Amino acid sequence: MKTIEQEELLLKGLAANDTDAIETIYRDNFSAIKAFIIKNNGYTDDALDVFQEAMIVLFEKAKSGSFTLSCQLQTYLYSICRRLWLKKLQKQNRFNPSIDTIEEIVPVDDEIEYHEKKNNDFLFMESALQKIGEPCKSLLEAFYLQKKSMPEIAASFGYTNADNAKTQKYKCLVRLKKIFFAKYKNKD
Amino acid sequence: MDDNLLFDAIERYRNGQMDEKEILFFEELKKNNPEIDQLVAEHSFFLTELERMSEQKKLRHNLNEVENKLINEGVISGKKGKTKAKLIYLWYRYQRTIAVAAAIACIVSLSTAISISKYSENKKAAVITPLVDHKLTQFEYKLNEIEHKLNDATTSPAKPKFEANFRATGFLVDRKGYLITNAHVVQNAKNLIVENKKGEQFYAEQVYLNSATDLAILKIADTSFKQVNDLPYTFPKSAAELAEPIFTLGYPREEVVYGEGYLSAKSGYYGDTTSYQISISANPGNSGGPVINKNGEVIGIISSKETNADGVVFAIKSQSIYDALKEVKKEKDISIKMPTVNSLKGLDRVKQIKKLEDFVYKVKGN
Repeated sequence: MKTIEQEELLLKGLAANDTDAIETIYRDNFSAIKAFIIKNNGYTDDALDVFQEAMIVLFEKAKSGSFTLSCQLQTYLYSICRRLWLKKLQKQNRFNPSIDTIEEIVPVDDEIEYHEKKNNDFLFMESALQKIGEPCKSLLEAFYLQKKSMPEIAASFGYTNADNAKTQKYKCLVRLKKIFFAKYKNKD
Repeated sequence: MDDNLLFDAIERYRNGQMDEKEILFFEELKKNNPEIDQLVAEHSFFLTELERMSEQKKLRHNLNEVENKLINEGVISGKKGKTKAKLIYLWYRYQRTIAVAAAIACIVSLSTAISISKYSENKKAAVITPLVDHKLTQFEYKLNEIEHKLNDATTSPAKPKFEANFRATGFLVDRKGYLITNAHVVQNAKNLIVENKKGEQFYAEQVYLNSATDLAILKIADTSFKQVNDLPYTFPKSAAELAEPIFTLGYPREEVVYGEGYLSAKSGYYGDTTSYQISISANPGNSGGPVINKNGEVIGIISSKETNADGVVFAIKSQSIYDALKEVKKEKDISIKMPTVNSLKGLDRVKQIKKLEDFVYKVKGN
């Protein structure tokens, strides 16, 4: 059992993508989740998948800053995993109505719904970035994600000057946005 | 080009790089132009999504690393047991279907057995070529010699002059210096030398050779060889999927060469179920190279290509390696430990290759 301070620290670590924090959360919680999933028609692999997704939900939450745990981290994770797994079972028509629980759970439906929507956006963005191809992909990544400066980019990509690189970046950006928003607006 | 300036402004506004006067001006602009206001909202949303994606990618990568680490430590029990449970589940579910299917299969196989046996008599005409480069030309030999001299000048342990008459590829399966390559590469060789990307050469000896599966295991026997870092790839136990994108590294030239393609059939030459047919450009010298999928799993070993057809290459399924290791254990009591942690998953290709290339060796001999 961890104190609230310790759990807050773990969340902060997770938000900063710190592997030690991730490892601690795994060590503390995974076995309970696995037990639940195996009891309910699943395998270790399913448990790994579900737990990973729950970690992403938690990561998003932790990063938003406004999030404070209203219950034990363990309870929260368990609730999310439980909901995710039920949804998965329903999808595969393997729903087992006998899933009842004596463990304490908290309502997480909003979180899951939000996560699913955001997860789609993630996939759209990932595939759009794949689609624009090289050197566009690397160029945009260098500027927007690695936050490199235009002169730096011009040098490493072999453009004659920063203005040239900027024009190229602009063209790539327009293409990426077009692909992304086309998917984004068609999703319904 | 106006848009470019506007995007620029939006990005600076969003990143807090504007001074007060600019901010005021910009906010005024937004207020008076709903179109611009909307564009600002849209662009900010887009950038947030872009950054979110990259962060989540990093997170997913870290999650995989932690998972692998814990599986390796035994904290999370491995993925075994799954297949059995699943089989039982499937068996109960499809018991009746299987019974009917078996009955039908029985009838069909009886009726086709004769025609197949007739057919198979005349199919042996096609030719397959092993992909060993036997034609190390005079010129290349000279180059090698010069290279050696250069190496000798810089690195201390001098290797004796060695005239190789073939060249192929091999890759590490255990960090202690065990390499996998093709049997046809090494079976007639008296002396074997393997060379890594840095040009370091090591004597190697053969510890296992099976012409039927065309697999061979070499051990680097040189004292100058030191254990390498953990291997970044793993070997899947399940079969690869049709159309799965794949890539390979090999030595069709003196320099390491990357090639990519896809899995075109789940069986090899004339239905050989121990190998895959892949579509990739392979040349003499590629023999023994790893065939790797996007998750960094070695699904096969390049062995041969069909001479009369273009882009038809065969790769031995990596499951055969498991059998080979078992035999080595039984016959020679050498236990070779395959890597269990995959550190290539989730990386982009360039980074994958960077991690990989230290583990793919040139195999030479005479």
